Amino acid sequence: MLQKIYDWVDERLDITPMWRDIADHEVPEHVNPAHHFSAFVYCFGGLTFFTVVIQILSGMFLTMYYVPDIINAYESVYYLQNEVTFGVIVRGMHHWGASLVIVMMFLHTLRVFFTGSYKKPRELNWVVGVLMFFVILGLGFTGYLLPWDMKAYFATVVGLEIAESVPVVGDFTKTLLAGGEIVGAQTLARFFAIHVFFLPGALLGLLGAHFYMIRKQGISGPL
Amino acid sequence: MSSEKEHRVSRRQFLTYTLTGVGGFMAAGIALPLTRFALDPALEGGDEQEMVAVASVDELTEEPQRFDYSFEQEDAWHTSEVTQTAWLYLDGDEVVALSPVCTHLGCTVDWDSNEDFPNQFFCPCHGGRFEKDGVNVAGTPPTRPLDVYEMEVRDGTVYLGRPISRD
Ligand code: FES
Repeated sequence: MLQKIYDWVDERLDITPMWRDIADHEVPEHVNPAHHFSAFVYCFGGLTFFTVVIQILSGMFLTMYYVPDIINAYESVYYLQNEVTFGVIVRGMHHWGASLVIVMMFLHTLRVFFTGSYKKPRELNWVVGVLMFFVILGLGFTGYLLPWDMKAYFATVVGLEIAESVPVVGDFTKTLLAGGEIVGAQTLARFFAIHVFFLPGALLGLLGAHFYMIRKQGISGPL
Repeated sequence: MSSEKEHRVSRRQFLTYTLTGVGGFMAAGIALPLTRFALDPALEGGDEQEMVAVASVDELTEEPQRFDYSFEQEDAWHTSEVTQTAWLYLDGDEVVALSPVCTHLGCTVDWDSNEDFPNQFFCPCHGGRFEKDGVNVAGTPPTRPLDVYEMEVRDGTVYLGRPISRD
């Protein structure tokens, strides 16, 4: 049945070459854990991507209940976690996944660093990777405020103090991020927008570039 | 022996099966909580609505009277005061409590408000009409009688709950 549907579509759109080009390529021996077990270190990039996908999915579902407003934010989080079936699990996925993305990304960075994979001709991919590192830290920072509890509030107060300590542009950056002089209604609204639209958009664009480059240049050779 | 030969699974097939199996299991593990989470409002059913004191039986007559009453409505994380209306009258000793929501498209009906149709509930939107007991008049848009409120009379006071469809 599935085969028939596939054939029907393939006959008209010739999709086989498309997915072959994306998915069907040999895994070099030095990155295949079946040959050298230590090659598992090459999995971290994929695992980072996997956790990012989970973050995007669980995040999409959380916004079905979450409200970015200082009166209702905490109540809506409380409700979705305690009243909605599987709310604990879905919020748990997003909560623990957030830390996991950073751990995986860090391990991936270490592997790229110690295998020297960032060297010519892959410098640009390293640059894109570092940009994604910052985007993901930004996602962590903005997401932390959203439950609007004490921990969230004071973490953001401190985060913004740090931004303020930057020479010359510090004051401006802080006011811009907070949307005013205090951490309040405007801060929550704009952190939500940044967390849910701006940074994920940037992340997807950068991910596209990251993957395009790795396909184009191939994985770096053995040590 | 021969049957074992027929069932030979190639290395490639074995890998396809295991990878699809494991992959499917993981995908289901992610999809299941997310789906149930999203479906929650549809599966949980509405909250119980408390019975609210609306009027005392002494005030009621054979003629339907309009009573407005408010109560606390819980809506997920938001609680608010909402106002509802009921048409109450006495049918012998029985108290009848009708919902004012027209069963056509939900406008609000009024008692005896149209000169051409005395002693009927009249809906101004598309001319829907109901008899005193709430039964819709044939030939007008509504297709079923007005809803009746869940009702309880305690110590001479009328308590109303949620409207119940009579169809
Ligand atoms: S809504 Fe009452 S007649 Fe149409």
